[in-house]
Amino acid sequence: MMNREGRPTTPKVSGEFARDTFTGNKGLQAEEALIFELGSIDQCGVDFDDFDDQPDGNLGELARSAPIGLPGLSEPEVMRHYVRLSKMNYSIDAGIYPLGSCTMKHNPRLNEKLARLPGFAALHPLQPEQTVQGALELMETLSHWLMEITGMPGVTLSPKAGAHGELCGMIAIKAALEARGEGARSVIVVPESAHGTNPATAALLGYKVRSVASGDDGLMSVEAVKAALDDDVAGIMLTNPNTCGLFEPEIVEIAEAVHKAGAYFYCDGANLNAIAGRVRPGDLGIDAMHINLHKTFSTPHGGGGPGSGPVVFSEALAPFAPYPAVKRDGDILRLDEGHGAQGLKADAFGRLTAFHGQMGMFVRALSYMLSHGIDGIRQASEDAVLNANYMRVRLRDVLNQPFGDKICMHEVLFDDSSLKDSDASTLDVAKALIDEGFHPMTVYFPLVAHGAMLIEPTESESRATLDQFIDTLRDICERASGDGAAELQAAPIHTPRRRLDETLAARKPVLRWVGDEREALAAE
Amino acid sequence: MRYLPHSDADRRSMLAEIGVKSVDDLFADVPSSVRLSELPDLAHHTSEMGVERIVSDMAKKNLSAEDAPFFVGGGAYHHHVPSSVDHIIQRSEFLTSYTPYQPEVSQGTLQYLYEFQSQVAMLTGMEIANASMYDGSTATAEAVLMAHRLTRREKAVVSGGLHPQYTEVLRTIAKYSETALNELAPGPQLAATIIDAIDDETSCVVVQNPDFFGGIHDLQDIADAAHAKGALMIVVVTEIISLGAMRSPGEMGADIVVGEGQSLGNGLNFGGPYVGLLATRKKFLRQMPGRVSGQTVDQNGQRGFVLTLSAREQHIRREKATSNICTNSGLCSLAFTIHLTLLGEKGLRKLARINHTRAVKLATRLAEIEGVDLVTDRYFNEFTISVPKDAGQVINKLADQGILAGLAVSRLLPDHAQFKNLIVLAVTETVSDGDMDRLCAGLEGVLS
Repeated sequence: MMNREGRPTTPKVSGEFARDTFTGNKGLQAEEALIFELGSIDQCGVDFDDFDDQPDGNLGELARSAPIGLPGLSEPEVMRHYVRLSKMNYSIDAGIYPLGSCTMKHNPRLNEKLARLPGFAALHPLQPEQTVQGALELMETLSHWLMEITGMPGVTLSPKAGAHGELCGMIAIKAALEARGEGARSVIVVPESAHGTNPATAALLGYKVRSVASGDDGLMSVEAVKAALDDDVAGIMLTNPNTCGLFEPEIVEIAEAVHKAGAYFYCDGANLNAIAGRVRPGDLGIDAMHINLHKTFSTPHGGGGPGSGPVVFSEALAPFAPYPAVKRDGDILRLDEGHGAQGLKADAFGRLTAFHGQMGMFVRALSYMLSHGIDGIRQASEDAVLNANYMRVRLRDVLNQPFGDKICMHEVLFDDSSLKDSDASTLDVAKALIDEGFHPMTVYFPLVAHGAMLIEPTESESRATLDQFIDTLRDICERASGDGAAELQAAPIHTPRRRLDETLAARKPVLRWVGDEREALAAE
Repeated sequence: MRYLPHSDADRRSMLAEIGVKSVDDLFADVPSSVRLSELPDLAHHTSEMGVERIVSDMAKKNLSAEDAPFFVGGGAYHHHVPSSVDHIIQRSEFLTSYTPYQPEVSQGTLQYLYEFQSQVAMLTGMEIANASMYDGSTATAEAVLMAHRLTRREKAVVSGGLHPQYTEVLRTIAKYSETALNELAPGPQLAATIIDAIDDETSCVVVQNPDFFGGIHDLQDIADAAHAKGALMIVVVTEIISLGAMRSPGEMGADIVVGEGQSLGNGLNFGGPYVGLLATRKKFLRQMPGRVSGQTVDQNGQRGFVLTLSAREQHIRREKATSNICTNSGLCSLAFTIHLTLLGEKGLRKLARINHTRAVKLATRLAEIEGVDLVTDRYFNEFTISVPKDAGQVINKLADQGILAGLAVSRLLPDHAQFKNLIVLAVTETVSDGDMDRLCAGLEGVLS
């Protein structure tokens, strides 16, 4: 029986008793060693069925003799290791993750469930076609949705991520130019505000990059593009809406000018989530565009991947799309892998990756599309734009918009000019947000805004969440302009680690376990 | 719509606060000529149950590896993945986090990437590894470009034993990056042919071990020949479990090792997402593509991890970057590292042993069938047989009986008559004696 008073429900002692703990742990936040420090070469967390071992097999002198040094852990130890590590990560499931240009929106768990159906997850890419008809049907359906949403007549699903999609689209441009005898064109026009992947992709294909500046309004003018165009230009790579969060109003004229100069128009589709259901890129005169399924269509970012970057094509470029492609042959779906008589695509530029692309992401993206429907996709775009503009008007008196106060698309860009009299920087503001329990916005990108802060709330956030983030950011800005700058410079203090020494990491790279692992493990 | 938090009243009041009348005003910068007046002709929103029904119906039309005796390999392998792997990677903090650009709130991701890099380096016998690439084929293309930069040469020699689709990827990248490729005739890897092809302009030789046909090779002579000409040896490993039983590429003179890591932790997924591995020597670090996690300390002196050496990468270096790669295979590399940590060295060696033993058993049984010859004499868990009929038709007939009997080489190399009768079979720990019985009986039936 409980005693009369039960357990005490109010603390008996008040005041500060902060001290280092014996373990280094802080309540629910545990320190966690490396697997190499925890495990042993003799431990194993997997049991196997008995098997009739052959002493030598037929490996001969190719059999491994040297130890590898890999530590093992039992299953409960493995669970604990990774669960403890996970608790050191922020996630969209735990809070707003307003990384501009990255599109951190809700990841529905239905999509995870469906991607794990054995009919998809345990399907080999090289099984006979008659055993994978459902997978091909899913790819065909996804292709149809992507073409309808973008208003483009061609699509390939194979690129593995956004930058891989860029490579795919730019190769198609190069192939098309070569096909019409203009392969000597050697320049790609890229705005200064572009993602770094754009110039890197162009350079990979041997192109010279011609950089063009946006105007004082953050927009690309048709005059600036025309000035950069000549007979040497193979194409332009433009992001729309652009990386400043603005729709390019002269985009149709830009496309006409590019085509008139005999070049092609590549659109970086990273920001399709602002316009899907409201504007079709195909109507803008675009020739190729990748779609980040992990952005617009919500396949999880997974700590940096995997992504998926299907590319849609205009009539002019569609014939050059890579294989494989799904083709309907009456009731049967076939995979055109570019071979012999079955190869239907004489102009295809080749193969971009082994197998058929990121099927696991296709299942998730299609589930997302079917759940929203085209009406929901449009609503999601509108809500994303609504949320970004709400952020804008509620922050515009404390943060400066580098290109003036005007309506933005799905993300809003501020610079650091309101911090010019403060010792605090954009980085300090970001780190202070971390202490407040938020993941910061994208900082120092795009390069065209000094000390850039690019905020993309996405459609997944409620007004209450937006208000909480806004009020917090306003408070931080106030502290930055007052005498709180030193405090911001010290942030974060409530995280598993304080600011890390990135200079040391780069100057003395330690990229793998360097302990005497073999001795240490052998000694156990 | 269940994923959107706003009510219409929220939307109205937010629009009022923004100072516009309607949501259309937010799209005023869109030229009126291109504003969609009506929605594209696609379905409207559907309940969770409804979507589940539609997508499950598609899944049911496929024959999964779990429902058939299964022997297909060729760069993707059906292994058993412990349940804890999939549970851990679905934790919100791993599944729904972004690239760890803010290290103070990403130590979980950064630490497992560091552990992953360490495991990959150990397994391949190399000094360093990156934090993953898209898959094995694209990692191979990146390795070739890396070798071009390191040697300041532009010609790669490609073994005929390389996976044909990997070769196709190299062909595409070579053609459009305007570099040279010497593709040797497809077929089981031959050291002498490769060595003969190396000259003073060769930047690298690309070899695969086990090769596409399953054969295993000592690569030391190729490495020596390459190094004598100032070229590098790139070793491709598409079945990473093989490294539990075989000498590592590093021990055989590799300069860059690339691999497909799917076999550890990741399902077949009809070809993706997978996890590309790239490991190399420390002296080549500055030309290595892709993200890398490095150890450092925080301002309290505690050990921590950050993304480092980003001066190689596109977001800093733009057109001068080592690669255009940005997104990689983060979550797949997590699955890889969890599975490998569960196995440990002891488990990996045993798993490899089981795979090899099962393969030897099946190869021996198949060779006893009238008309079937074993083409590969030394192999790990995959080997090639020849049959007295068109291999593609044999595979299709067995598929009609619910047996996924392997890969007809002609599926990937249709233009080579000498491969018309060849089947590549993979045997993993998932193959039971009963599966072998069904395959052998089925094959005898089809051939008789």
